[in-house]
Amino acid sequence: MEFFHKQTKIPFMGIRKVSYGLSIVLMVVSLGAILAKGLNLAIDFTGGVAVEAALPSAADVDAIRGKLEEAGFHEPQVGIFGSSREVSIRLPPDDSQSVTEIRTRVEQALLAVEPGAEVRNLAVVGPQVGDELRTSAIWALTFTLLLIFIYIAFRFHTWRLSVGAIVAVMHDPILVLGIFALTQTPFDLAVVAAILAVIGYSLNDTVVIFDRIRENFERNRRLPPMTVLDQAINQTLSRTIMTKVVTLIVVFALLFLGGPVLRGFSEALTIGILAGTYSSIYISSAIALDLGLTAEHVFPTVKKTAADDMP
Amino acid sequence: MLEFARWKYILVASVLLVAILFALPNVFGEDPALQVVRKDRAPMDAAAEQRLAGFLDERSIQYSSTFVDSGRLMIRFDSVPMQLQARDAVNEQLKDEYITALSFASRAPTWLTRLGLRPMPLGLDLRGGLHLLYQVDVNGAVSQLLESYEQDFRRVLGEKNLAFLDVVQITASAEIPNGVRVLLAPGTDAGEARDVLRELLPDLDVQSVNLASGPAVQAVLTAVQIRQRQDYAIQQNLTTLRNRVNELGVSEPIVQRQGFDRIIVQLPGVQNSADVKDILGKVATLEFRLVDTQGSIAEAVQRGRAPLGSKLYRDKNGQPVLLKRELIVTGDQLTDAITAATQDGPGVSVKLDARGGAQMLKTTQANLNKPMAVVFIEKSRETVEVGGKTIERDVTDQRVISVATIRGVFSNQFQITGLTQSEARELALLLRAGSLAAPIFLAEERAIGPSLGAQNIEQGVKALVVGMLGVFIFMVIYYQVFGLVADLVLLANVVLLSALLSMMGAALSLPGIAGIILTVGMAVDANVLIYERIREEQRNGVSPQAAIRAGFEKAFSAIADSNVTTLFAGLVLWVFGTGAIRGFAVVLSLGIATSMFTSLMGSRALLTLMYGGRTKTGKLAIG
Repeated sequence: MEFFHKQTKIPFMGIRKVSYGLSIVLMVVSLGAILAKGLNLAIDFTGGVAVEAALPSAADVDAIRGKLEEAGFHEPQVGIFGSSREVSIRLPPDDSQSVTEIRTRVEQALLAVEPGAEVRNLAVVGPQVGDELRTSAIWALTFTLLLIFIYIAFRFHTWRLSVGAIVAVMHDPILVLGIFALTQTPFDLAVVAAILAVIGYSLNDTVVIFDRIRENFERNRRLPPMTVLDQAINQTLSRTIMTKVVTLIVVFALLFLGGPVLRGFSEALTIGILAGTYSSIYISSAIALDLGLTAEHVFPTVKKTAADDMP
Repeated sequence: MLEFARWKYILVASVLLVAILFALPNVFGEDPALQVVRKDRAPMDAAAEQRLAGFLDERSIQYSSTFVDSGRLMIRFDSVPMQLQARDAVNEQLKDEYITALSFASRAPTWLTRLGLRPMPLGLDLRGGLHLLYQVDVNGAVSQLLESYEQDFRRVLGEKNLAFLDVVQITASAEIPNGVRVLLAPGTDAGEARDVLRELLPDLDVQSVNLASGPAVQAVLTAVQIRQRQDYAIQQNLTTLRNRVNELGVSEPIVQRQGFDRIIVQLPGVQNSADVKDILGKVATLEFRLVDTQGSIAEAVQRGRAPLGSKLYRDKNGQPVLLKRELIVTGDQLTDAITAATQDGPGVSVKLDARGGAQMLKTTQANLNKPMAVVFIEKSRETVEVGGKTIERDVTDQRVISVATIRGVFSNQFQITGLTQSEARELALLLRAGSLAAPIFLAEERAIGPSLGAQNIEQGVKALVVGMLGVFIFMVIYYQVFGLVADLVLLANVVLLSALLSMMGAALSLPGIAGIILTVGMAVDANVLIYERIREEQRNGVSPQAAIRAGFEKAFSAIADSNVTTLFAGLVLWVFGTGAIRGFAVVLSLGIATSMFTSLMGSRALLTLMYGGRTKTGKLAIG
């Protein structure tokens, strides 16, 4: 089986104005959603309380909410998830009580309404811890991008490809964040991990294409850069699609079978992988081209290379 | 000809064999088990094993086997109810001798266990348990050090007859107190006082200063000294928490430093957090002081101030007691503490280190038939409302727990009496585990129920199996025989990855399983790059064997570059992440390394075996 029996000749670079337009629209919508609606940050980042409990009978959400308010918690969010006998409680962070106190009072309130309740999962996070995690998540993203920039500039001898790679790579997490903001999907620590993985994967595609660009430049320096870039993308196209299909098979397995804990993680991966495929095909090389990439940038000095020796 | 050096075959084969061996323990699953250790922490022996086996037989509690593993007795059961029954029986009947903990025992055959091969331990999200994140009050630790300087200064200046008005802590910069200031009495030579203090503590920067209120001498800690003190406090707390967790009898606990001033405690299987947190977080220590028999208690209570050189305390019943300011011995100098039955009821038998023993000897010799008191000091943090704002403040509770007359001279071994049975037990435990060098506060608590853990495992494994099968089938459809080769290579990759994780003993969490699944997807990429290249070469009319060789050679730089960039993401996650996220990062990074090895070396070995010897050129079965 083959996706493309013959070498494709899609003029990716010719239509780059269209892809730029699409990407700009996507970015504007994403950033707008992030600014306007904000992310639905999980307690990993905000601090607060999250409880999941299994009840002996159908949950009386209002009674539980009332009891929690009585216990002095402001704006308790009580909801049903899974079956009607599973309830989830979320409370905003509260500086005035110790972690131990909060836990005791939540449990008491729950047991007062539903004596047979079994707390299956409970997390109480102090606001300070949440603050720090937010900072370290931002640092992690910054460092990853910086490392990538340096590595690509080093491996391919030109900042033009680095900029292309970084723009393409930034594109993907912004889209993931935008969709998470639009749908108000809970954004927890696992999603940050997924986004970093997405950055890695998206880059993976970009680098494979860049590698081919380098090889093609090596083979024929006189071809116009646009032709070389189009060739490289087309030559790697079936690999790009094949790898994405396989990765999506496993990510879908996680999404549909991995359970609620991994839901956000797998959703971020799914969006990110699709966006990453698009951005590495349509964006990364196009930007390098518009920055004036030529064979001389990739091979600064003319020298006899290994490829020339090959039979 | 397609060739592959013999040593490479041997390398691939031996790496795989070792990997299979290390990964093997993971496939057997585990039984519920009960871990039993001796209360005095002596290792369990065969006699104890027989005794407990007999104990369970008598009560007809069925167990499948028993074995001693690094000083712990493990009793294996077929079912959880039996395990719980056994725990309750041991806890009821033998609680003075043994500490039990619910655990799991691997079903792997004994020859594997004897080789030291173990399955990956499961993380809390897969097993259920309690996760606590403590914040160490590092500034409190500095403050404690300054307090001890304060006492030293008072003592030395008193001995040298240098009059002073007061000794106070000062805050030179930021909000952390970092120095001690002695306000001298008028007429005291500041220079002399400075020299005396310099001699006492040569490491400190001691200076005389002229304040509006009069001459003073102050000692200030350097930034390095503050940092050292904070670091010491965290290390000390880590040790103490480890000891206390061991006293609790939890199987496979984790106590780890996180960041600069945090400590993580993970207790698999523990559900009820109240007792545990009570013991872990307690900041308690002892002080031994002489009773001030000259000063008038009534007067001190009335004036609200103790006479010079003394301090007013209260005992358990709230009665005032006047004690001398000089310390004889503190809890830090304790080396052991066990509960003991004494003539005066329950008590704690205490052993001191050499320095403490010498001081105790000197004191008891000089003060025969005079009363000595034991002060119990406990620190906690409470929330109070001040002017409509809630603030947290540290509270120190100091109680005299026993006053006894010194009946004889003793040094490093003696008893503390006047306690109830439970007081004695808790005091002994706290003293034995060591005191916390700085107060700790709970910053985060997560409790995962066992049923949720079981559900997480089930879902994680299902996703893994289905995802892998999906990939396997798809690869065979797309690449036919070469797809089959890729599948074998993928399987080898998972085995290799599991082997590495088992070797490291890193706990497997749900994000870790997700990492393994993702690695499968990723590892395919290297094969795809190679195969697509082979197909391309074939299209260009190259012979099959040359196509295979060219495929590997030309795909190499793309594989290396793309994996290195993904490795960056993994490494950054590892540096910045904690807990389960770090687990994901470890799996991701290792997975990249193993997939490079298996797809470049493993699949080349296989393909060379299959196609290397063929002299006839046909078409490759690559779809």
